[in-house]
Amino acid sequence: MKSQAHKSIAGIATAIVAASVIGAGAAFADEEAELTVNGEIDMITKTAAPAHLSDALDEVLSGWRFRSDTTQDMQMDDFDNPGMIWVEEAREKWATAEGSEGKSCMDCHGEPEDMSGVKAVYPKWNEGAGEVYTLQMQMNECRTDRMGAEAWDTDKGDSIPMEALLASVSRGLPVNVAIDGPGQATWEKGRELYYTRTGQLDLSCASCHEENYGNMIRADHLSQGQVNGFPTYRLKNTKLNGVQSRFKGCVRDTRAQTFSPGSPEFVALEMYVASRGNGLSVEGPSVRN
Amino acid sequence: MKLTRRDALAIGLGATAVAMLPLRASAAAEEAIAAFTGGAEVGAGDITLTAPEIAENGNTVPVSVEAPGAGSIIILATANPTPGVARFNFGEAAGSQAASTRIRLAGTQDVLAIAQMADGSFIQTKSTVKVTIGGCGG
Amino acid sequence: MATGVKPRVKVPKTAAAGETVTLKTLISHKMESGQRKDGDGNVIPRSIINRFTCEFNGKPVIDVTLEPAISTNPFFEFEAVVDAEGEFKFTWYDDDGDVYETAKSIKIA
Repeated sequence: MKSQAHKSIAGIATAIVAASVIGAGAAFADEEAELTVNGEIDMITKTAAPAHLSDALDEVLSGWRFRSDTTQDMQMDDFDNPGMIWVEEAREKWATAEGSEGKSCMDCHGEPEDMSGVKAVYPKWNEGAGEVYTLQMQMNECRTDRMGAEAWDTDKGDSIPMEALLASVSRGLPVNVAIDGPGQATWEKGRELYYTRTGQLDLSCASCHEENYGNMIRADHLSQGQVNGFPTYRLKNTKLNGVQSRFKGCVRDTRAQTFSPGSPEFVALEMYVASRGNGLSVEGPSVRN
Repeated sequence: MKLTRRDALAIGLGATAVAMLPLRASAAAEEAIAAFTGGAEVGAGDITLTAPEIAENGNTVPVSVEAPGAGSIIILATANPTPGVARFNFGEAAGSQAASTRIRLAGTQDVLAIAQMADGSFIQTKSTVKVTIGGCGG
Repeated sequence: MATGVKPRVKVPKTAAAGETVTLKTLISHKMESGQRKDGDGNVIPRSIINRFTCEFNGKPVIDVTLEPAISTNPFFEFEAVVDAEGEFKFTWYDDDGDVYETAKSIKIA
């Protein structure tokens, strides 16, 4: 019975912690708040679910709506949003020539603002490559094929700040990921992964983010797991986080062996999850807990 | 559930541990307070500390302090490993004796603000912040 | 020196004479608390910004002592009285001896 006594201690400790936060859920999030950034970019954080989701959800909600008002506030002004530190950093990188061709992003694409709308449609089919590209994969094709520079690793180093810069110039525009056409097979693979239970806890993405959003998982307020705000600055690790790294964290929490960022599985999952947010505004870099 | 003797003992030990923790933390906090006040009495007054009732993450907790007429304000996190957070000294070009920042809290605790007023007196206020433990480590 | 440290400040471009304006500052800095351990169990040494000051035309606005409990990328918001046009000077002091400075001017409108 020794182990049981130990369990009791843990149980009591958990109960104390739980008691101190239960009942806080209602005050925890401001689900009716509206998001305007810098007093000028109106964000759609709640809208009718895209047609492909109509059997599962009536409306789609940005993760912003699930956060407390103090966290929400941090995204409402670019100066208060620490994620903008990396956007500024990437803006310099954008104009810096690299690689054997001596080219910068700017040489082909002009100002970052000229790329407005690009983030909203990724991941998307790339005809030349014959596969679905995430925005990071497209950035890498530019780097290796046009600049003669080294590819960046998925969700590492400069790839996240650059993705955040491209997201920032699309803020307010609706996510519009194509789910038909040549990319449809990848999208369907992503959907299958979304609904596949994994790990010792036997949870799928849907178990938490479709069936239980709005509920508390211990002290955490479950969102719909929308990715329209990525890359996202998390208070937890005080840096920008990529979508696929976040997937990895979630899958690991089901106590499963996870796929790696950059794997075909996570590319497909990113495409599918992004399409679940069709109609919500691009928010990256967002601020989350 | 039936309590065994061992369970009861466990509960007792747990309660003792819980009761002892704040004591240890407040000793360090008392020291920090004394360092600021030089042992002078600290009263109540026109001082405001704004902090969230519940912080989603202890890494980044927004707080604001204001004490009209203060020369200095300190913020203490009474249950942090080291309770000192910040000291604000306001100069002649200050537009108010107020400041906001973002702080780290190691857990649910009282955050304390103490101001030294122009006449040398000290006033304080406190705010309890619950720091939640996320469901997902992801 | 600490890498990637970059100060940002937000100051209105103009103010009325005698107006109180709100200033915001943010500096990218990891604010290593000295409480954390690395993978081998060794304490990661403290490395923080320990002081921040703001002056307007040489007159002090605020002088902040920072402890390790200030979050990564220290953020401050405070107010200053603008009695004439001039310059705000912002200075951050790093544990490693580095000093980061930036300045912003304001006009009377």
